[in-house]
Amino acid sequence: MGKTIAEKIFSKHSNKDVKSGDYTLAKVDIVLVNDITGPLSVMEFQKLGNIKVFDKEKIAIICDHFTPNKDIKSAQNVKMLRNFAKDQDIKHFYEPGHVGIEHVMVPELGLARPGYLIIGADSHTCTYGALNAFSTGVGSTDAGMAMATGDTWFRVPPSFKVEVVGKQKKWISGKDVVLHLIGKIGVEGANYFALEFCGEGLKNLSIDDRFTISNMAIECGGKAGIFNYDSITEQYLKDLGIKTPDYVEADKDAKYENSIKIDLDVLDYTVSLPFSPDNTTNINKLEKTYVDQVVIGSCTNGRISDLRIAAEIISNNKVKDGLRVIVLPGSPKVYLEALREGLIEKFILAGAAVSTPTCGPCLGGHMGILAEDEVCVSTTNRNFIGRMGHPKSKVILASPAVAAASALTGYITSPEEVI
Amino acid sequence: MILEGSARIFGNNIDTDLIIAARYLAETDQTELGKNLFRDLRPNFLNEMKKGDIIVAGNNFGCGSSREHAPLAIKGAGISAVVANSFARIFFRNAINVGLPIFVTSENLDSIEEGNIISVNALDGTLVNKTKNKTYKFDPYPEFLLNLVEIGGLFNFTKNRLEAGAKNA
Repeated sequence: MGKTIAEKIFSKHSNKDVKSGDYTLAKVDIVLVNDITGPLSVMEFQKLGNIKVFDKEKIAIICDHFTPNKDIKSAQNVKMLRNFAKDQDIKHFYEPGHVGIEHVMVPELGLARPGYLIIGADSHTCTYGALNAFSTGVGSTDAGMAMATGDTWFRVPPSFKVEVVGKQKKWISGKDVVLHLIGKIGVEGANYFALEFCGEGLKNLSIDDRFTISNMAIECGGKAGIFNYDSITEQYLKDLGIKTPDYVEADKDAKYENSIKIDLDVLDYTVSLPFSPDNTTNINKLEKTYVDQVVIGSCTNGRISDLRIAAEIISNNKVKDGLRVIVLPGSPKVYLEALREGLIEKFILAGAAVSTPTCGPCLGGHMGILAEDEVCVSTTNRNFIGRMGHPKSKVILASPAVAAASALTGYITSPEEVI
Repeated sequence: MILEGSARIFGNNIDTDLIIAARYLAETDQTELGKNLFRDLRPNFLNEMKKGDIIVAGNNFGCGSSREHAPLAIKGAGISAVVANSFARIFFRNAINVGLPIFVTSENLDSIEEGNIISVNALDGTLVNKTKNKTYKFDPYPEFLLNLVEIGGLFNFTKNRLEAGAKNA
């Protein structure tokens, strides 16, 4: 019987042949924590005794959630992580000035590569599936223990094949693809599964589209969202100076426990209404829905192509009176690129606020919290009750193109309506 | 292990933002976290519940964020166990790792009502609704996880491995 990508990556990292359903101890290539989950990981690690981490170059501590530190407790947490990183000589420790949103930054740093097995104490760690890695979110204790041993336990997941065909029209993006998928299969449609993306349509999905899609695999319960390796992945890695990676392909007779086909030809602008990512609709079916705030950014859509799309739509226009538009570049690299390309100027001239890279409002942390009854259209990944602030506020998830178009009108709008 | 308490009923897809909202996540102490358990979903929950109560939920309990603060807050508030038709996978790992007893059953739990006295027997794999005199079976843990739970979770598992000569020992 042939193997899926997930089964191959786990077999390689377990030094034995494993298949879906097996429990295994597997070596990990990278262990990631952030400023919310990291303190608990470090506390557990330190309880193990006076020991060193398994590899000081394979641990990333990225302080992105409540930074720049929003209050005293957050500052204490980052201080603790900073001290730990110093004591242990951790190579990849980042805080403001150098920090980006972890899932934007880890690929930029070349820490996510094809065939890697990566764990992160953050549910959106699945993002690196875009680069043909098996990467998955775990808890703080999981990450803390893996910092000591360089491995952890897994149940090898069954795989869910997502075949992408066709070509999307202009302005339709990876966000529409993944919201459509989540709407089709539901928030637990892929619980415990590894989504594996394949098909001739992949050639029409840029690397940033793929990051967005893999990022939201968790919103349908996916343990991972892995893309086939192709010339687009190759080019992205080449630009980072990474040559001939050890990529992984599924066998022709690999066994998938479920499958779905997504046709890009017929895909329309998709949004998720409150209070669940699977509560999707096409915007042409939506009644006029007014918003108070627009957020463009996050680990889902804070990359340079997301900002390019938003800037192209907003350019030479004005943000609708009474609306707050917050743009959060996902990393210093993205910020600098946006600055050099003139995108930041376009946002500011239009009346948008541009923030330093942070997870910020996505999880209701800071930098854009909603008041009672306010509505936000956001390029982020979750619209749970109270996610961005007041328990009676609402978040509608959308693509950068739809968010930017809505910034000009004040209601959920398709790009065609404003261009 | 037999746990007994009043049932606290929750529906499907209870996400970790509802269990403990992000604005409380700068906290790491479980008792402090417990003071804000279900703050937005059931603002009066902490007054309604008693120490030892058992959460009974539907599908996909604990979906969303990976925050270990979620099972810690549940433990910290004094809840003794969570029974559900299914758990989101990261929450499932976290609960085992922090020692929050969780049980999965494919049986329909709809007839269990808020405040019913229920008891969970981890040894024979049963859940009894004492108020209504009705018994349910829950799914046994796979052997690997049972071992992990029996030695007291991932921390002890790791400590034992390090002492036995894994890396860093």
